[in-house]
Amino acid sequence: MQNISMTINGKPVSGDVEGRTLLVEFLRNDLHLTGTHVGCDTSQCGACAIHVNGIIVKSCTMFAADADGALVDTIEGQANADGSLNKIQQAFQDHHGLQCGFCTPGMVMAAADLLKNNPTPTEAEVRHHLDGNICRCTGYHNIIKAIMAASGQDVSAIAAE
Amino acid sequence: MPKDSGIGTSPKRREDIRFLTGNGKYTDDINLTGQSYAAFVRSDVAHGKINSIDTSAAENMAGVLAVFTGEDFADVGGNPAGWLINSRDGEPMKEPKRPVLAHGKVRHVGDAYAAVIAETAAQAQNAVDAINADITELPAIVDMATALASGSFVHDEIETNQCFDWGWIEDNRAATDAAIRSAPHVTTLSLVNNRLVPNAMESRASTADYDPGTGDYTLYTTSQNPHLTRLLICAFVLGIPENKLRVVSPDVGGGFGSKIYHYGEEALVLAAAKKLCRPVKWTASRSESFLTDAHGRDHVTKIELACEKDGTFIAFRTDTMANVGAYLSNFSTVTPTFLHGTLMAGNYTVPNVYVNVKAVFTNTAPVDAYRGAGRPEATYSLERVIDKCARELALDPIELRRKNFIKPDQFPYASAAGLEYDAGNYDALFDKLEEIVDFGGFKARRAESEKGGKLRGLGINSYIEACGIAPSNLVGILGARVGLYDAATVRVNATGNISVMVGAHSHGQGHATVFPQVVSEMLGVEENSIEIVHGDTSKIPFGMGSYGSRSLAVCGSAVVRATEKIINKATKIAAHMLEASESDIDFKDGKFSVSGTDKSVAFGEVAFKAYVPHDYPHDELEPGLEETAFYDPANFTYPSGAYACEVEVDPETGQVTVESFTAVDDFGNVINPMIVTGQVHGGIGQGIGQALLENCTYDENGQLLSASYMDYAMPRASDLPFYTVDHSCVTPCTHNPLGVKGCGEAGAIGSPPTIVNAVVDALHSGGHTHVTHIDMPVSPARVWSAINS
Ligand code: FES
Ligand code: FES
Repeated sequence: MQNISMTINGKPVSGDVEGRTLLVEFLRNDLHLTGTHVGCDTSQCGACAIHVNGIIVKSCTMFAADADGALVDTIEGQANADGSLNKIQQAFQDHHGLQCGFCTPGMVMAAADLLKNNPTPTEAEVRHHLDGNICRCTGYHNIIKAIMAASGQDVSAIAAE
Repeated sequence: MPKDSGIGTSPKRREDIRFLTGNGKYTDDINLTGQSYAAFVRSDVAHGKINSIDTSAAENMAGVLAVFTGEDFADVGGNPAGWLINSRDGEPMKEPKRPVLAHGKVRHVGDAYAAVIAETAAQAQNAVDAINADITELPAIVDMATALASGSFVHDEIETNQCFDWGWIEDNRAATDAAIRSAPHVTTLSLVNNRLVPNAMESRASTADYDPGTGDYTLYTTSQNPHLTRLLICAFVLGIPENKLRVVSPDVGGGFGSKIYHYGEEALVLAAAKKLCRPVKWTASRSESFLTDAHGRDHVTKIELACEKDGTFIAFRTDTMANVGAYLSNFSTVTPTFLHGTLMAGNYTVPNVYVNVKAVFTNTAPVDAYRGAGRPEATYSLERVIDKCARELALDPIELRRKNFIKPDQFPYASAAGLEYDAGNYDALFDKLEEIVDFGGFKARRAESEKGGKLRGLGINSYIEACGIAPSNLVGILGARVGLYDAATVRVNATGNISVMVGAHSHGQGHATVFPQVVSEMLGVEENSIEIVHGDTSKIPFGMGSYGSRSLAVCGSAVVRATEKIINKATKIAAHMLEASESDIDFKDGKFSVSGTDKSVAFGEVAFKAYVPHDYPHDELEPGLEETAFYDPANFTYPSGAYACEVEVDPETGQVTVESFTAVDDFGNVINPMIVTGQVHGGIGQGIGQALLENCTYDENGQLLSASYMDYAMPRASDLPFYTVDHSCVTPCTHNPLGVKGCGEAGAIGSPPTIVNAVVDALHSGGHTHVTHIDMPVSPARVWSAINS
């Protein structure tokens, strides 16, 4: 067991972990931050995506101990200070970018990462950026549309309601 | 003025807020005080005889609380098939027991034969690795044709690998055969409907709790239908009295069919919780999901279409082998039969239809209903053979379909496959499709693709499906062991807000938003003061859950009926309050008024009176304002659609890309257009996945080759286009109060043949006219081989 501490969504936290404890396990099981999901065991689905020191990371691919001292952001910390949805979250709701909601935290974190580095991505760039995030429900249409809308682009020409 | 709430509008989904902020509550998010963890020992061979299982080392390991093997469940019941299917000769289907844990034999890779309960998940897993089983590997039975000819059996006690040999409609067989023999033209097509893994992004999970003081069990589980799960566990498997088991399905991360069924892990955690008097938790890894979730499709089919030279259809004859895997999952026998064979007349006035389905046991995971369930298989066979026929007769594929469509004035229409279609207008769907898709510009787009060295194809398709499952009296005659009604309770609270308890279960479909739209429209009460309660057998009336595009058509109808009862009772209370006769009361926009006067009371005042009945007609009415309705549909509903897509094929690599996709559907009346559109998007995404990418394959030893996201090609954002979706062609369902038909499965039914039709069209345009069919998934390798064969 090793004692680790990190800052998650602006709050300092600490805990004891085994060497093999994954960051996603630490978040979900020790800290009860269950918004970060586990959708696979081969690091392919992106349901577990979070930001570590500002960089997008699949939290199932990182040991908790390796995040000792890091600044971690998860879906639980994405809303505005007043609790309202942030721009990306709001766009997902406005454009019906989620159905069962299971992939959604990872999608929102991936979208935030994209828009930070590429404020007005093209459709192809959004699709490419989501290569590590699987959604089984939406067929991606409304996720792409939501992310483009969140970037301030006019999406009214993109088909359907 | 356009409406801004109620039926036909698209309020934002209220459940989104919790999902977007990480506050969803899925089964694995729930932790109970003192919980222990289950892990399963799963077979790594496809077929084997269990000689002995040595659990002694595991039992002595740190943290291990209990070990179970199949022996421990030898005396409890099997997990049953929900439908009894009879073979053509009248013999009932073969129904070998599906035990909680494998006993005597293991029958597919992943078949669990032991389980460990330990203090931590890691300790449970460590102990799993310490269990030594002596298993004699037997030859794996994988291929269906081989299985039918084989002298060795998945289930030795039934001495065959054929579950049933079903004919539909057997009395039509001779006439269909004769029609095909004498027809001027017959198009024949052999095809495979590829096996798929449903892959809801949340894997299955079950946590059980037992209270030794009361004898009450609670099961938190990833289910599309908590009451059905409870019924199966109580009445068939563990024999727990139903009133002692509460099943809770909280937020569920997608289902697509795979979470309809009861699985052995649920029974195991319940039994273990009782034995240990502690909560027991189990969450499947993705690998376990691949190995043990019920898979979908897996048909091998030969279809023949007989017609006149002008294309007038005379007969469809289908021969199918349907894989049911190693055990009968709950809907596995109805999916390839009544959900498939009864749709084999399509949208057409064909007089002769006959379908033969042989269901086959193999050493593979169970196969059951997956989004569309039987209807995608029917549509794919029909619409592929029709496309091939059009090519053989040099007819326009749209014209050929139109020529044979049932016309609007022929409804209700008794199809040759035994269903009565209540409403539809298939020509109108194609009119709309032609209006949206620029068919005229296709030539120019094709020329443009060719300039870039690509072949461009246009695929079109039409479909009909049967949803709103299902009329209990009809399905009872056909072999169903349950009724398929649904139920709702509308509880108007004293302060005027409303709780609606529904039997339907939302795992992405947006019930929390849609059902209040219906109640709001009827009562004139703000949508936001109406709340849906679902997914907990201790709170909701006995309903059958969500699958088969049934939530709105069946449970929504129950909501309407319960709300009507509320209005009836409230009218009586209002009449008393207004000192008028009940027949003089009008109810509109949330207000009861005495006709011809300005006297009125608001709905909220009536509700308050019902709960504070100081001045109340106690001799005529009970206090309270709460009503329950069960709704059993009179018929199936029949959504239909016309789809078109364009693909580009790279003849050098065989790579197919979808350039555009248009879906025109008739879902009857639409309550929330935004959600309906989203459902179609998702269905198309899965349908394109089936057509181009996904393939669940076992090798000849029964090892699952596609057992992770590295080997099973899930559609990703870059594989799919934007879709154009229209549902403005409406022929309302004639027999349910909302006139709705259901939209959940349409996209997955309509899209696979559209894509394959387009690919074949593209290859023909490149001169590869020898290619009449490519099996799904239409992968680059298959396209390249077809071109170069
Ligand atoms: S759980 Fe991390 S990528 Fe799937
Ligand atoms: S919304 Fe269900 S997986 Fe994306």
